[in-house]
Parts: sequence; C-alpha cells; structure tokens
Amino acid sequence: MPLRLHYNLEKVSMGLVGAIIVAASIGGIVEIAPLFTIDETVAIPADLRPLTPLELAGREIYMREGCYACHSQMIRSLADEIDRYGPYSLAGESAYDHPMLWGSKRTGPDLARVGGKYTDVWQVDHLTEPRSVVPASIMPRYPWLTAPLDTSNLSAELATLAKLGVPYDADKIAHAEADALAQSRPDSDGAADVQKRYGAGVAVRAFDGDPAELTEMDALVAYLQSLGTQTAAAKALMAGAGP
Amino acid sequence: MAQTHEDHREVDPVTGHDTTGHDWGGIKELNTPFPKIALVFLLLAFAYSVVAWILLPAWPTGRSHTRGLLGLDQGQEALAGYRELEAGRKAWMSRFDKPDFAALSADHALLAEAMPAAARLFQDNCAACHGSNAQGGPGFPALNSGHWLWGGDPATVAETITVGINSADPNTRVSQMPSFDWMAIADRQTVAEYVASLPSGKADQSSAGAKLFADNCASCHGEGGKGGLQTGAPTLTDQSFIYGQDVETELTTLAKGRQGQMPTWAARLSPEEINLLALYVSRLPETAAGADGRSAAAVP
Repeated sequence: MPLRLHYNLEKVSMGLVGAIIVAASIGGIVEIAPLFTIDETVAIPADLRPLTPLELAGREIYMREGCYACHSQMIRSLADEIDRYGPYSLAGESAYDHPMLWGSKRTGPDLARVGGKYTDVWQVDHLTEPRSVVPASIMPRYPWLTAPLDTSNLSAELATLAKLGVPYDADKIAHAEADALAQSRPDSDGAADVQKRYGAGVAVRAFDGDPAELTEMDALVAYLQSLGTQTAAAKALMAGAGP
Repeated sequence: MAQTHEDHREVDPVTGHDTTGHDWGGIKELNTPFPKIALVFLLLAFAYSVVAWILLPAWPTGRSHTRGLLGLDQGQEALAGYRELEAGRKAWMSRFDKPDFAALSADHALLAEAMPAAARLFQDNCAACHGSNAQGGPGFPALNSGHWLWGGDPATVAETITVGINSADPNTRVSQMPSFDWMAIADRQTVAEYVASLPSGKADQSSAGAKLFADNCASCHGEGGKGGLQTGAPTLTDQSFIYGQDVETELTTLAKGRQGQMPTWAARLSPEEINLLALYVSRLPETAAGADGRSAAAVP
C-alpha cells in the first residue's frame, strides 16, 4: 500500500529528504534533458540573419516598454492561427533571440510576422496615439519614443550576444553604432555598408520620417518592420517542404 | 504526556480516524486519510499517461523523441487543418484566380458567400489604416468615398494591393507630392487659400491662387483640382481629403511634400485573396452606405 509506505517514510527524516530529492530530480531532468541536445534538435535556418544594431536597440525598447506583456511573438501550430497570421512559428526562427519574446498571453494581436504589414508612418502614428488610426484600440500611447536613441551600449551588446552564439563578427561589433545611425539615413555614406553586413533584405529608411535625428521611434519601428522577415524558412514550410 | 505509538493508536470516537499522536495542550490533530476518490483519479491519470506515452510523441531520446503509435505531429496537424480550411473555400475561391470581375459581380450567390470572407480579410489586413468602415483617416485614404487615387475598378485595385504605393516592391506604384519649399511663402499661402476654398465650389477662378495652381499643381491634381487623373494625386474639389484641406495642413504639405505609402501585399496574401479583396474594395462606395443602413465593411 503506497500510503503506508509514505506514512513510514515521513517518520524517517533523512529518508524523507532523500525521497524529496529523488522526486524533484525527476521533474528537473524532464525539463532540463532536452536542452542537452538543443543544438541538434533546433534547426537554425541557413538564411536566418541576426538583427541589425538599430533593430536590436528597438528590441530593447520593445522589452523596456513591456510590449511582450500584451503581444506574443509566436504563431501557434493551429489551423486558425495559420489562417490569420501566416505560417506557424518555428523554434529556429527565434534561435538568435536572447531572451525569446514568445509571450504567453495576447491582449493585442501576435506580432511574429508583422514586419512589412503596415507602413512606417502607420507604426509611428499608432505608437504615438493608437486611437488616431484604430479608434477601438486599448493600447497605451507611447509619445516619449521621440527621445534620442542611446547607441553607446550597442557594440558591447553585440559582443555579448556573439558569446551566446549569435553571428556578430568583429566587423559588425566594431561598426554597431555607425550602422545603427546609417540604417535610419538612406542617403548617408554608411547605408550601403549596413546592407553589406546584414544582407540586402535589410530595410534602410528614415523609419520615423526624419533622417536628421536618430530616435527611439526609429529603432522600435525598424525592429517591428523586421519581425518575421529574418528568414524564409516558415514560408518553405507552407509550400509543403515540411519543418 | 501521551506519545502515542503506532501499535496503540488513539482513535477519535467522532470520526473514527486516527490522530497523529501529538498533543498540543489538549488539542489533537486528526490523521484523516487521503480521499479515495482523489486517489482513484490520480491513478487514472497515471494510467492515461502510460497510454499516452505509447500513442503520442513523448520521450526525448537524445537527438530525437519517441514518435508514438499514432504518428501524430502538431505541426502537420495544423497544416492539414489549414489545407482543409483552404479546400472548403476552394469551390468559390478558385473563381478569383484570373477572374472575370464583371461576371463575378453579377453572381449574387457567389457574392453572398465570398463577401463575408472578404470583409474578414479587410478587417485583418486593411482596416488598421483605412478604418474598420473603410472611412480612412488622417494620412490614409477613405475607400468608401468613390474617389480613387489610382482607379477603382477591381483589376486596378488588385494591382494596387499587389504592388503597393511607394513600397518595397520593384513594380510599386510611385506617387510623390514634391516639396514646394522653393516657392515664396506668400505664394504658398495664396495657393493654399485657393485650394482650401475648392470644396465649397465657390473658388475664385480668376484669382492669383488659381493662376498659381494652374501653373504648379494642375498637372497632377487636374484642371481646377478636379483630379481623377489616377496618378495618385487626389481630387481637391470634393469634401474628402487625405491629410487635410485647411490652410495650415496645406502649408505643411507644400513645405515638406507628401510620400504616402501602402505596403505590397504580394508576399502576405494569395493572388485569389487579393482579387477577392479588390472586388470587395471596389464595391465599397455602393455597399458601405447600403440601403439597409448597415455598413458592408463592418464585421458581421
């Protein structure tokens, strides 16, 4: 009788400690064991590009403002989700995200594939005053995003992520600040270098409409416009190639 | 004090259960057994998990996992479900592949099935900018006014949705209102006042503003601002506007120019979906103010 066993175990304190350790270890191993082989089990798409420094800065703002509390970045593997948002999210798509921002609750819509869906102007209007474009919206206003962007930590941030396996080489790390500025100035000398370093698919625009000043709005809009555009792996999935 | 041992346990006369054997100043704790029913469900859950391990993907095995006898895969399930959704729509959706819009518009049975789906597509993709009733907003054109920047027939609307306007698509429609910052401020003020007076229909056509307009603006906005040239330049004589037709907004427009954008939807929507939306959008001027008073664009 298992209850009798437990009854007796409770009376031997070291025996109970041992049993607790065994039980907790089983739970722990079940959660941890898959991570031992995560490098082999999560296929990183060959065409996955890391975020540019400006997009990375936007990601920091996205986290700072708590966007993830209402917006998920994970399209679940359900038919209706595919119908609304597009191909379901693959683990490999967020392989370079530290930490990932999958989210666990949606108050607003999922943003995993929002890049390119709306124009920069719409994003700026919507972040400044959501009700001006979506009257029924309950999203808060973020008017302070017009503040200048602090780029001084970007090189160090890229270097840190490089340690975690994100492919930022010495060239990218050294030019992080310059690239962040250049990505928002399509007519500047460095604009072509950004695309040379991060791929021709990277958008180089004055995201907030004003190339003269690099703002937090530039960074956040650049990040939002990059979501779902870093790899075509999910599209291949829909075409029937399989995950 | 009573340090009760297991072999001579104290039984509580009211409940019939043992006590724990401890005595806290006259208070004793009952050792009520774990409820049988909960135990039964716990064991059932264990039994189910064993069955589930056998039938479903379960245990990690290094670089793979046990696949389970049923061979289920959540991703494949979702894709199969999605293909099923697609197949359900295919009967009428396939008619939007290289469509004959005139024939489709006359097919009321088809419209009854397709237009609610189109309304949903519009809400998910277009309403954020153009408004949930297609009424537009500052910077985003209304689609229910009957005034089209590029043309309102379904084929033209489909083209606009496909390539976008000033978008990243190589074949994008291009429309740019240039900056008139080279023009003297006084002249800008004069022409702005003339343009602001156009919707009233009482604009002075012999004024200096009219002359400035004819020289600088009419090539895109049409003679007297009547528009309709389908080059992306709006009509200025009606009540609708994109950015604002008051003098102050116009002065901003003249100083900075306008390069409104619409994204390309070629990568996000299928050609059939684009054609379906095009037919829906082209009908908005009639349907949005329908006879039954309900907006066609509203979510059912």
